[in-house]
Amino acid sequence: MNQVTTAEQRAATGPIIIPDPDMNPVRVSAKDVSVFYGAKQALFDVAIDIPERSVTAFIGPSGCGKSTFLRCINRMNDTIDGCRVTGDITLDGRDIYDRTLDVVELRARVGMVFQKPNPFPKSIYENIAYGPRIHGLASNKAALDEIVETSLRKAGLWNEVKDRLDEPGTGMSGGQQQRLCIARAIAVSPEVILMDEPCSALDPIATAKVEELIDELKENYCIIIVTHSMQQAARVSQRTAFFHLGILVEAGPTEHIFTNPKDERTHDYITGRFG
Amino acid sequence: MTEHIVTSYDDELKALAIMITRMGGHAEKVLTDATQALNRHDEELAMRTINADEEIDRLEHEIEELAILMIAKRQPMAADLREVIAAIKISSDLERIGDLAKNIAKRAVAIQSETGAVKAALGIDRMSRIASRQLKDVLDSYTQRDVDKAMDVWHRDSELDAMYTSIFRELLTYMMEDTRNITFSTHLLFAAKNIERIGDHATNIAETIYYLSTGAPLREARPKKDASSFTPADYPQTDD
Repeated sequence: MNQVTTAEQRAATGPIIIPDPDMNPVRVSAKDVSVFYGAKQALFDVAIDIPERSVTAFIGPSGCGKSTFLRCINRMNDTIDGCRVTGDITLDGRDIYDRTLDVVELRARVGMVFQKPNPFPKSIYENIAYGPRIHGLASNKAALDEIVETSLRKAGLWNEVKDRLDEPGTGMSGGQQQRLCIARAIAVSPEVILMDEPCSALDPIATAKVEELIDELKENYCIIIVTHSMQQAARVSQRTAFFHLGILVEAGPTEHIFTNPKDERTHDYITGRFG
Repeated sequence: MTEHIVTSYDDELKALAIMITRMGGHAEKVLTDATQALNRHDEELAMRTINADEEIDRLEHEIEELAILMIAKRQPMAADLREVIAAIKISSDLERIGDLAKNIAKRAVAIQSETGAVKAALGIDRMSRIASRQLKDVLDSYTQRDVDKAMDVWHRDSELDAMYTSIFRELLTYMMEDTRNITFSTHLLFAAKNIERIGDHATNIAETIYYLSTGAPLREARPKKDASSFTPADYPQTDD
């Protein structure tokens, strides 16, 4: 296995991008994105196009930079001291690192779901209603009620919680909490939903429900999911990108990456030869 | 290729390949023995050959079981997945080869007392030797992961097709010459057809090896020279 080690070599090799004629129009586009934590470079010149209305999976061993890159897309890295992002990321053609861009508005357009479900310590209703209210998406109580119901329905949670909307969100099961977080993310009508290992804390049944939800949501949203479960990436995504040691190694249609990867590193990783 | 982090995974993949090789060895032997029994009118060899097919069936089940277990347990990906799928496909081709050879052995028993069959069986012997070589080469290409060699086998199958067509014509002639030739000729015709089918299974295996090594299915159409399906019987012309 020829592991690439130096930054120069990393830059020199460049990713293998498998063309996909069926790919939807591009929603998020990254060019030459590098991320530094202080002096340490965590991500090297990542360039990738992410299509709308489909699921793109980021895979790779721990510390490969996939979560770092995911967090660039809604500027979550801004909140980390000493973190510096260079290069261009555009959402619908607009530079998201533009100084005039409102970060709060960006994060409404690019929602995020985390590894551990993190509902607000408030009622189920409030968990969903909070975002639309602060973004002024509902003019009155009835409109807000409707957003809450639609979001919970989209997240497949409505029938389970409609009779206990006033109960705390933290009192639900882990899987329900995660779907509540997804409902909360879609309540503000985002364009992109970022998911950072959304199922790693869930049991197989709850995982299946979240995967089913992802499958339904892809009809309307651009979803990017970071996952350590290769099976999950293979199941839910249409495109897969493999990261290793801070570089994007290979990206392309999921079936291609999992049946016939071109790069030896991708192959060795997905077949369990290193990790 | 680099080894897996889990070493028992590598052990299972190796076991699968060894079983295929062993099964292939048995299939080769059954084919050679069956044709020999046919040529030498050797009933004892024929009976042994018929019984030897059991071992091939047993190996196929073993391979299938291990492959299914590996899919359930390891969820193989990429080259590993192709390795497991190829084992399932190749073992099923080899099992068919075993069955077809066994059928030839049965026909050897059926025509052992027919003296007229000797000359006609010569062509079948030649055909069988080519089929054996095809089988041997394709199994070697599996062990060596040699796509070029597999492709050679794939291209050479038309030789067998052409031979089958000529044997078909020859046997038709015997049958028209003398109705007493019909029994053995029919048996030999089936034997020739079986060998032709064995050749087809060898090319199937070659296609599987191509997929196994390259990750892409072979889409090209295979050159075919089996014209027997289009061969009319040349009955003597009558006046009316």
